[in-house]
Amino acid sequence: MKLYGKYIEILFKSQMQYRTSFWLLAFGQFLIPFSVFAGLYFMFERFGQIKGWEFSEVALCFSIIHMSYALSECFARGFDSFSALVGNGDFDRFLVRPRSTVLQVLGSKFEFSRVGKLVQSIIVLGWAVSQQLADWTMLKGLVLLFMIVSGVFIFTGIFILAATMCFWTVQGLEIANIFTDGGREMAQYPLNIYQKWVTRFFTFIIPFGCVNYLPLLYLLDKTTGNPLPYMLAPIAGILFIVPCLLVWHVGVRHYRSTGS
Amino acid sequence: MKAYISVFKLRLTYGLQYRTAALAGVATQFFWGFIIIMVFEAFYSGTVTDPPITLKQLITYVWLQQAFLAFIMLWFRDNELFQLITSGNIAYELCRPSGLYGLWYAKLLAQRLSSALLRSLPILAVALLLPEPYRLPLPADPAAFIMFVLALLLGLFLIVSLSMLMYISVFVTLSPAGSLLMFGVIGEFLAGMVIPVPLMPDWLQSIVYVLPFRWTADFPFRVYSGHIGTGEALIGIAIQIVWLALLITIGKLAMARVLRNVVVNGG
Amino acid sequence: MIIVKGLSKAYQVAKRSPGVKEAMKALFKREYKVVEALNDISFTIEPGEIVGYIGPNGAGKSTTIKVMSGILVPDVGTCTVMGFTPWKDRVQYVKHIGVVFGQRSQLWWDVPVIDSFELLRDIYKVPEQEYQSTLALLTETLELQEIIHMPVRQLSLGQRMRCEIAASLLHSPSVLFLDEPTIGLDAVSKIAVRRFIRTINEEKGVTVILTTHDMNDIEALANRIILIGKGKLLYDGSLSAIRSQFGTLKTMTVVYSHHAEPLKVEGAVIESWTTERAVLSVDTAQTVISEVLISLSQQVEILDVAIDTLPIEDMIIQLYKEHQL
Repeated sequence: MKLYGKYIEILFKSQMQYRTSFWLLAFGQFLIPFSVFAGLYFMFERFGQIKGWEFSEVALCFSIIHMSYALSECFARGFDSFSALVGNGDFDRFLVRPRSTVLQVLGSKFEFSRVGKLVQSIIVLGWAVSQQLADWTMLKGLVLLFMIVSGVFIFTGIFILAATMCFWTVQGLEIANIFTDGGREMAQYPLNIYQKWVTRFFTFIIPFGCVNYLPLLYLLDKTTGNPLPYMLAPIAGILFIVPCLLVWHVGVRHYRSTGS
Repeated sequence: MKAYISVFKLRLTYGLQYRTAALAGVATQFFWGFIIIMVFEAFYSGTVTDPPITLKQLITYVWLQQAFLAFIMLWFRDNELFQLITSGNIAYELCRPSGLYGLWYAKLLAQRLSSALLRSLPILAVALLLPEPYRLPLPADPAAFIMFVLALLLGLFLIVSLSMLMYISVFVTLSPAGSLLMFGVIGEFLAGMVIPVPLMPDWLQSIVYVLPFRWTADFPFRVYSGHIGTGEALIGIAIQIVWLALLITIGKLAMARVLRNVVVNGG
Repeated sequence: MIIVKGLSKAYQVAKRSPGVKEAMKALFKREYKVVEALNDISFTIEPGEIVGYIGPNGAGKSTTIKVMSGILVPDVGTCTVMGFTPWKDRVQYVKHIGVVFGQRSQLWWDVPVIDSFELLRDIYKVPEQEYQSTLALLTETLELQEIIHMPVRQLSLGQRMRCEIAASLLHSPSVLFLDEPTIGLDAVSKIAVRRFIRTINEEKGVTVILTTHDMNDIEALANRIILIGKGKLLYDGSLSAIRSQFGTLKTMTVVYSHHAEPLKVEGAVIESWTTERAVLSVDTAQTVISEVLISLSQQVEILDVAIDTLPIEDMIIQLYKEHQL
């Protein structure tokens, strides 16, 4: 953990060497979800609601998933851009150091300009919360935090899976976008607006529904019966990373036997 | 001309090597298309007033967008060109006898074509066979189809002219990522990539109509679905040609100017 | 220290042919061929040795280094370094080794060198006191005082390489793998790097295995060389043994007063010839030098003669030739 902090420190120092470029990039990063949010706004302006959900409710959903995404893009960037690390042979160096490969890859890159994305979603979150959609309690605040953290775990898990693919091929990585970009895009709306098969896939295989939709029902007092399962659903997101790490280790073993 | 063709060929071969990448791209775009269509479907299911574009036309719009993504994405990064400019290795390119603008234009064009070649046909083929309501309908009529092909190709030339301007701007800024990202995000929004132009509020539509971006994507797709009639399409194609001439002229002038500076500064 | 036995490793490589048509074909069918990177390699290295590991490009040098440093797992064969099998218990093993890849950097590009060093200290969990004393020693012997607070991107290649080597030694490894440590360096930096490698070998008893294409590195450092080619071990022995093998080969440069006709000398090969100067190569095992001289003096008026042993570079080329590399 101390080492992880050290990695953050050194990379922060590095990126601050290029301040102008950093701010420009951060602003660009701010604009990306902003344009999506603007699109969302225009759609609601025209249609008023989506399957019974209000704009402010969807905005809450939107801000939570985008926040998770921004955080994972910042802190798990090493996995996200892993193909470069394998391509230039720097991964070999990680193997001659007495630390876990996961930690070293995580520490290899942070993308602080994602703060732009984060700020955008914080603003949206602040606005959505201020709309008094429900009675806010301490407990709801905690669940909200839990949702964000567990979203980070899911995205990181997918980044790890995509990175693992690099051990076999650097082609076809685009497929991972289905689950990262696609997952984010999809989870910015409440999951029940989609067809059944989509809902099922993103609840039971990649549990976006568990970190976003189900606890959202609790936040907005839309649950029937015992709210506890809804509150605890984000655990699934954290557990998601376990099989991803296992696959990663299989990948590392493959890399060491082929050296591809 | 021969030089342009070989640059073009080289790029094409290079792009074709990545079959798995192409397959992954197709899958990704299909998934993406479904998500977008389902969201629109959900919006449309609860509406009481008639939206300015039918769901069927919208579905056409989305599938064409997915199939021709390589033709309409504003920001299609070519790292080679990028490094060439920022590292100062541009000197090599200046030694070549052909015009730099034309060469790069051919390169960027080929890159988009090779990427689209592998992706659009499978996507179109499958989308045409999907079960209703997701199926991509055939063009409104043969005239609309011919217009569409013409408009799409002109749109492709337009987008390459636009991205040429972006590359030229890298000469000036040298640290490209941030400013180009902004340009790309805004340009794509104005081209109707985030939400289709007809669904935008009226004030925004009036801005979109005076800018070049929508002519690359929004226009050809609506010609296909018949949302824009044949007569209007003809006028549109004329406007596309005017834009194209204008953007290429600006690009060539800007290129000549920045290259002069490069020579003066010794790279 | 290091025992390598029967190491073999093969790769599968995709074949690519030029042309649009071939690229289209490759969309559907791809051909592979098997490349044997290592083929039954065995050797033993004692503590404190400096071993030069040489061979032409693609001979399998890097693969061997990767196996010995635990990055790659071989197909067959065993390798023991200080009692460890490198590719098993990786984390325990790598604490004891240092690796320098000459063409890549392990330093963080945009921050001062010392920041990278401190990060490495944390990665290797080096106790503070030990770190300080090692750092002081390295700073002094490598003359890093001036550059340690500069960002890496501002360093020259030579300065950077000194820092790279220092970075690999911060945790006081017992074995140091150097993969082309002098590549791209100017003459002064090369000498500095060589002197340093010698110093840590002598004073700290670090075992050094280095690959290089620069035979001067080998001459200055290695008491022993291992030559591999096409994955096979071709030669393992001392440099002096090679010298004595090829030592009988001499180059003779003769300067004489103007002579228009080509020379004819029994038992010598005329490498180049002008009307005033000729270069001959002579194998003293077969021909006696004095006979060559006699033959020469009968044809021309000799003004000057120089007789040289083959440079080590050429001896290696001879070796490669013998093995048809």
